[in-house]
Amino acid sequence: MSSNGTGYDLSVTTYSPDGRLFQIEYAQKAVENSGTVIGVACKDGVVLGVEKLIESKLMERNSNQRIFNVDYHVGIALAGWKPDTRQLVNKARKESQDYQSFYGTKIPAHVLTERVAMHVHQATMYWHLRPYGVCALISAYDEQGPQLFMVEPSGTSWGYHGCAVGKAKQAARTEIEKLKFTEMTTREAVKEVARIIHLVHDPVKDKDFELELSWVCDESKRVHQLVPKEVKEEAEQYAKEANKDDDDDDDEEDEDEELVDSGAQ
Amino acid sequence: MSMDNFGLYKLMHEDAPKNNNPLLEQPTLAKTHTTDPIVTGTSVLAIKFNGGVAIAADTLASYGSMARFRDIERLKSFGKYTIVGASGEYSDFQYIEEQVKQSLIDRDYQLDDGRSTTPREIYQYLVRVLYNRRNKFDPLYNVLVIAGYENGKAFLGQTDYLGTHFEDVTLATGYGSYIAQPILRKFYSEKNGNITEQEAKDILKKCLTVLFYRDARAADKVQIAVINDQGPKIDEPIKLETQWTFKGF
Amino acid sequence: MDAIKPFDVVQMNPLKELSKPHSMGTTIIAIKYRDGVLVGADSRTTTGSYIANRVSDKLTQVHERIYCCRSGSAADTQAVADYVKYYLSMQSVELGELPRVKTAANLFRTLCYQNKNHLMAGILCAGWDPIEGGQVYSIPLGGTLVKQPFGTSGSGSSYIFGYCDVHYKDDMTLEEAEQFVKTALTLAMQRDGSSGGVVRTVNITKDGCERKMVPWTELPVFFEG
Repeated sequence: MSSNGTGYDLSVTTYSPDGRLFQIEYAQKAVENSGTVIGVACKDGVVLGVEKLIESKLMERNSNQRIFNVDYHVGIALAGWKPDTRQLVNKARKESQDYQSFYGTKIPAHVLTERVAMHVHQATMYWHLRPYGVCALISAYDEQGPQLFMVEPSGTSWGYHGCAVGKAKQAARTEIEKLKFTEMTTREAVKEVARIIHLVHDPVKDKDFELELSWVCDESKRVHQLVPKEVKEEAEQYAKEANKDDDDDDDEEDEDEELVDSGAQ
Repeated sequence: MSMDNFGLYKLMHEDAPKNNNPLLEQPTLAKTHTTDPIVTGTSVLAIKFNGGVAIAADTLASYGSMARFRDIERLKSFGKYTIVGASGEYSDFQYIEEQVKQSLIDRDYQLDDGRSTTPREIYQYLVRVLYNRRNKFDPLYNVLVIAGYENGKAFLGQTDYLGTHFEDVTLATGYGSYIAQPILRKFYSEKNGNITEQEAKDILKKCLTVLFYRDARAADKVQIAVINDQGPKIDEPIKLETQWTFKGF
Repeated sequence: MDAIKPFDVVQMNPLKELSKPHSMGTTIIAIKYRDGVLVGADSRTTTGSYIANRVSDKLTQVHERIYCCRSGSAADTQAVADYVKYYLSMQSVELGELPRVKTAANLFRTLCYQNKNHLMAGILCAGWDPIEGGQVYSIPLGGTLVKQPFGTSGSGSSYIFGYCDVHYKDDMTLEEAEQFVKTALTLAMQRDGSSGGVVRTVNITKDGCERKMVPWTELPVFFEG
């Protein structure tokens, strides 16, 4: 075996000579194959958005859900290997219920995140397990305010003001960074999230997609739910128009300086 | 308690044969989980009206004959279409409430398919829970009244700690079944079932007043709730108006 | 309580009284006031009518800002309090902050409810947390959980419900709360043979817990006929 790590990628319990766990990196690849998922924390709530790629034209609309209710105050959006996502949702729901019935109070977001992350991490420590090919964005609104967390296949978890995973995560992150979501209301953010998802979707390369949007905010009485139909339609309308303007701008720029075209998008 | 309000059957406690072994001070009792209710609520009343159901109870939880907690809620809304009222052991009702609320999170909120658990489903579920527990000789010491309004239909049913269950257009538990039920039935048949929401509330208030006069475990602070196409609405507690100045008094 | 009577020992011991289980025929009280909560208790522990301990401490700390007042069987309530103490310490590590009084109360309730046939425990759970401030929860025999502005429990409490109902006010100062608790406990101790000794109080606020003790000889004097 050479020193580049060949042969060290079959077991999750063996490090490569330069200290990497290839199986976890492959799990991350599984996430990157998935449609883009983004989340932003605003001043009065959290918004999750998913670019749900349509696997088959025969599939019913609204099937193949990517955003789930965990508890009244917690939602979860997932990118990655689909069967794994379902198991993670069940785990999160169970942890939330157990906490509620034992302590008599709703589970704080960071505790839930930590417990889900522990579970994901466990799958990286035994030879007989396969790491989760899933990235989970957890949105919550409790006494500590609106919060957003992300759990990665490695079992890492951090809190975020905004984050993105999936196919176009880089482009989406750049877009999120341009805006100050922490000073925005969820109403405004929903539009921007829709815009970003539409923006980073490549209609030529990618399959068709359906937009899934959820929020947990003051307007929804701090209950996590899919964004109401009217609000979502309004947001998609805004997204399409904003991106149309963008495209026009791009065209003009293209004419001026043709060389600058290999950037993120 | 001075009276067997809920018709609780005698368990081994009193009827068990005494053990004659002089070393043993107490009779050996068959192992039982059953105890007496300790913190209890008295009657719950309910009546159907045009376009809904009204349900009422006082806000007292007694400790034996002591009026221990005078501001508790014995009417709770369970989901979008249902209100449940409880008499009997209050801790058991709190337990039932938690269990049902958790299943509602499972079935209604997490499933998120736009459908909500119906009053009849909640009723059947509670009947099964109570009957199961009586089979374990560990009953939940309650009589529950389940009132609901869903899909244009009113529902009113009752179940007790044995799992005995039935539906009716008017219901009353505990002392209420002796004192209030005849009044409610008479009213219902006189009106031919054609009752407005206000009339329903008024007759319940009247029955609660009579119960306050004649049930030593009843209080004059009561809650009246209504369930109709607007969903459940449990009013803030009110004080009953009582009359003590009849000539004969 | 019949269920926990150690009948074999009772038979062998000539001094039957002494081998009865220790129980706290008690008076305990907890009240929410302006800056937090004040909890109080008498200090008498009896075995039958023998005073096994005349200076016992029925106010048990279960976390930094949460106390419980124990009444009923000493053994049962100590065991329950130990469990709650353990669970709360575990939870505060996971949370990285003070646990909530509601959480403590729910733990007491769950233990008392699920083991209701084996326990003789009437507990008041009171304390302060950063989210809801001062709170008092009452957990009587069956395992019912009720949040109250003030609560009393134990054999002596039946003698002072009237006093408490008359003199309770919303939003008392610490001085008023101390006066309320001390008077109520004194009245109960004078009428209830199973309550007596000294008055112990703990004042719980966001800044910490402060204990006080008033000896029998310094308690207020009321009608003694």
